[in-house]
Amino acid sequence: MNFLANKWVAPWLEGLGRIALLAREALGSLVLLRVPWRSVVYQVYYIGVKSQSVVLITGAFTGMVLGAQTYFQFHKVKMDTATLAVVSVSMCSELGPVLTALMVAGRVGASIAAELGTMRVTEQIDALRTLATHPVDYLVVPRLVAAHLALPLLTAEAICIGIGASYWVGVHLLGIDPTYSWYNAIRYTDAFDVLIGMTKAFIYGGIVALIGCYKGMTCSEGAEGVGRATTESVVYSSITILIANFFLTLSLGSIVHLL
Amino acid sequence: MIEVRDLKKKFGAQPILDGVTFRIETGESAVIIGRSGGGKSVLLKHLIGLLKPDSGEVLVDNQSIVSMNERELLPVRRKFGMLFQGAALFDSLTVAENVAFALRHNHRMAEGEIRRRVATALEMVDLPGTENKKPSELSGGMRKRVGLARAIIYEPQFMLYDEPTTGLDPVVSDSIDQLILRVRDRLKVTTVVVTHDMRSARRVGHRIFMLHGKKIHAAGTPEEIFHSADPVVRNFIEGVSNPKEITF
Repeated sequence: MNFLANKWVAPWLEGLGRIALLAREALGSLVLLRVPWRSVVYQVYYIGVKSQSVVLITGAFTGMVLGAQTYFQFHKVKMDTATLAVVSVSMCSELGPVLTALMVAGRVGASIAAELGTMRVTEQIDALRTLATHPVDYLVVPRLVAAHLALPLLTAEAICIGIGASYWVGVHLLGIDPTYSWYNAIRYTDAFDVLIGMTKAFIYGGIVALIGCYKGMTCSEGAEGVGRATTESVVYSSITILIANFFLTLSLGSIVHLL
Repeated sequence: MIEVRDLKKKFGAQPILDGVTFRIETGESAVIIGRSGGGKSVLLKHLIGLLKPDSGEVLVDNQSIVSMNERELLPVRRKFGMLFQGAALFDSLTVAENVAFALRHNHRMAEGEIRRRVATALEMVDLPGTENKKPSELSGGMRKRVGLARAIIYEPQFMLYDEPTTGLDPVVSDSIDQLILRVRDRLKVTTVVVTHDMRSARRVGHRIFMLHGKKIHAAGTPEEIFHSADPVVRNFIEGVSNPKEITF
């Protein structure tokens, strides 16, 4: 038991504490407006604009598959026109934010960890420090701000394209009535579903950027260290997103019910 | 003035420095010599707060930097310039952006003035006209000179050099030595050079400290060190290995 605690639990708790300290440092930097805005714009371009193709493809095909599968089940009980409503609610509150965040974790989280890890092993982060620049201000804050901004926008795109693709499959390939499909989709999709999705996306942006930055800035020496940091960044971000999604669904859902 | 008092540092269970004490006066040029893996670079990184000691003191202009956090260290670091062993240039930036980095981030300065100072700094390290090149397009010696230009552009009070001539051919090594002397004499900076290149140590140092056995084993002027009768110092200067250590 002691062995387990020393080998797994203690390092895990230590890592969690260090990420919390990194988040606090980044927040302090944000509050004191030590934000290099030019860098933020570049990161929004890199995280947001350059991730669009992968997010759009994911959103479109998820919407299409979900639409088709829902139709096949609903058709048995003559509820064909509720298909788009199911897709719309699912995409807005669950699939849109989660799948977008997982795709961004794979593309951007890995890239952040690899870039910062390489900077660390080639002493570029130490060079930053000797030039009297705080690495959190210069490296972490722009990526964190950009990820917080880009994820909700990418999620909104994924949701729209997913619903659109599902509509196309349902109406043009499966023969569902378009008018009732839209009517039901709008009727059953609440503004809170969209709000929940955007809130989740905002939080997942922070998770991807923070874990990527943390793994990169603390990676061990050499190519192996950078490789491990990159892999761990993607794995830990993905797991954290999936676990956080459960708790966010419960907590945000409860808040909406109270309202 | 930089003073180190009874500095101790371990990495895991491995002691690296065990009671290092020395003092470098303002305007002085000090060279720290010692065998590879002996803790010279670790010692240098303590002087600018890149590493925290397990115990002991590091004083910069009589101010202890050991207990300072990363933000408190920023004003202290503005007094320092550092040239890294691999130059540590930011590979996503051009030469001009690398050299101008400190001016853009820490000094409110007009763009025209920044460009003028970048050109002057590159001129000083004999690399005029390389502003738009990327670090990947430069040779090892050129990268070190750009690293030097980046460190001197804001005219620091202290310059730290981590193995400035390692991996360079003798001609380029000589040009780096000349640059260290030029920077020392023109900018009147306090200089600390970590090296195991004895020719370089003799040329650039007012005083030489030899790190051996995790402590400062010998200290003196280049003449005193080069004429020392101490067997450890003699073996190092003459490049004589201990046959017992040869394992191949």
